[in-house]
Amino acid sequence: MNPPAERSSQNFPDQPEWDCIAASSQFQDLMDRKKAFILPAFLFFLVYYLLLPILIGYAPKLMSTRVFGTLSLAYVFALSQFIVGWVIAGLYLRASARFDRLIKDLPTKVDAPDGGS
Amino acid sequence: MSISLAVFLGFVASTLGITYWASKRSRGASAYFAAGRQITAWQNGFAVAGDFMSAASFLGIVGLIALQGLDGFLYAVGGFVAFVTILLLVAEPLRNTGKYTMGDVLAYRLRPRPVRALAALSTLATILFYMIAQMVGAGALVALLLANSGISYNMAVTGVGILMMVYVVFGGMLATTWIQIIKATLLSACALALTILVLDHFHFRPGEFFAATCRVAYHQKDQLLVRDFLQSGLRYKPPYGPLDLISLSLAFICGTAGLPHVLVKFYTVPDAKTARKSVVWAMILIGSFYVMTSVIGLGAAVVVGPDHIVTHGGTNMSGPLLAQALGGDVFLALVSAVAFATILAVVAGLTISASTSFAHDFWMNVIHHGVERKSGETMLVARISALAVGAVAIIIAIALGPASNAGILATLGMTVAASANFPAIALSIFWRRFNTAGAVAGLAVGLLASIGLILASPNFMGIDPPSATGTVHHLVQAKAWFPLENVGILSVPLGFLAAIVGTLLSHEPSSEAKFNEFLVRANTGLGAERAVERAVAH
Repeated sequence: MNPPAERSSQNFPDQPEWDCIAASSQFQDLMDRKKAFILPAFLFFLVYYLLLPILIGYAPKLMSTRVFGTLSLAYVFALSQFIVGWVIAGLYLRASARFDRLIKDLPTKVDAPDGGS
Repeated sequence: MSISLAVFLGFVASTLGITYWASKRSRGASAYFAAGRQITAWQNGFAVAGDFMSAASFLGIVGLIALQGLDGFLYAVGGFVAFVTILLLVAEPLRNTGKYTMGDVLAYRLRPRPVRALAALSTLATILFYMIAQMVGAGALVALLLANSGISYNMAVTGVGILMMVYVVFGGMLATTWIQIIKATLLSACALALTILVLDHFHFRPGEFFAATCRVAYHQKDQLLVRDFLQSGLRYKPPYGPLDLISLSLAFICGTAGLPHVLVKFYTVPDAKTARKSVVWAMILIGSFYVMTSVIGLGAAVVVGPDHIVTHGGTNMSGPLLAQALGGDVFLALVSAVAFATILAVVAGLTISASTSFAHDFWMNVIHHGVERKSGETMLVARISALAVGAVAIIIAIALGPASNAGILATLGMTVAASANFPAIALSIFWRRFNTAGAVAGLAVGLLASIGLILASPNFMGIDPPSATGTVHHLVQAKAWFPLENVGILSVPLGFLAAIVGTLLSHEPSSEAKFNEFLVRANTGLGAERAVERAVAH
């Protein structure tokens, strides 16, 4: 028998059913909550990261200030990008656990991929 | 030299063992192209890190830091933060709506043939740049390592190419994934050991270490300079430096999320939740690795010195030279063997994503309208194209030899991905109105603009000062038409603009009608491709 994964398209609901799920209040709620996390998180990341090359490029005096011993602000700022990245990742993991619970409550006859039923 | 060979042969033997094991398990296309979608979160995180921490990272970025201090470190920062884009925007929708390639996501609600043809083309273009970067790194390593061993550069490169073909042709994605996992572990261990050796050299007093990095002495045009390597400005100088830097950052945050060989990894896990966790695993590994590269690179600048690096193998050799200075020939051998294993693994990862895209996107869906005439045809085509890609890689490596910095070359591949692939992927995930004309325009313009600008940039155009050795650094001996090394600042907006204008100029009701379906699937995983074994159990 062929790999069943290849057949999954046969289990798809029809177009109207997708539209129906998309219009459901539960799905709207999921999307709103995702947007409420992802949009600000991504924008913050974008601004925080792009500030690094912009400040290094256009405010070299400021960035060459020594903040810890001989460490320049530029180097500390660059290192802080790693911390910020990890923190965003951690927060997203927490937030997305909530999204996963909302997905389980969707009005649908299609199996969730983690085989919930 | 024998230790280096022993480590390397050990790696080769274990990878061949894995390939044999994987070939026994590989049944069916889903197993061959996506490792049966059974890779766990940490495994895929290691594999993604393995794919991303290439020779460009280990050899290239360490070298850039060793010669240019903080400005080189910015490459490492960019490489890490790029995974925030992947985590928040791309990984889960991709896993939920696709099957084997990034072309799947684009073709979901658009007309598949033109979109897939272009997606395959830009996949191959991106991978070509990456492949050249790996081969340049390999060339430099071989030149350093095998200087007195009787093994020529051409023999070594051919050997690497053939090994990589064996992995991909017989082992498929499962073997490639495990090779990446082993390699990521080796590379991280190696970086950790080097970091500890550097700190040990400064008696585990960070203050002493950083104080030394503030006065690195080296020669430039016969002048002795003493520079602070924790300050910016060694690489990015006015007038274009600041713009170049912003351009580079843009290429990283958009480009990594468009790298075909990174994206295919998210098809190897069972679901979006695992894909998400695997990105976080990758971020832990890649982040700590890149923080260590700053210690290693600065260590090389202080302990080995830029003068010695330039005269003993060039920027790419900074890490291995540091290993030699701190740990002797034994450690040099170990580090070089790991670096070589890195190249082998990354080239295998590049090859399988290129051949998957060619077989699945181009052969099956563009030429044969998505109908497999014989069972297993796609796999056969993929295996044949893996052989072709391997052959091309060998030829390129032999033609190039050790040339420019591997880190910079890989960044060019990133720029192509940022300008062509990323706008199309992002807009197809988030914009209801997006349509085929937009995707085709975005991919084509992004591809042409990035490659065209790269060819007109100082990477390829420039006037070399006459030198005694007669070496030529620029392909075209003329003043560069485009002043920046990193062209993303212009080519990424052009890619987006073309995609948006192309969309607005045409109407495609079927694409908009299918957006609800796409949106629900992308965000919930309903109806997504399953893991092979799990589905069998149902």
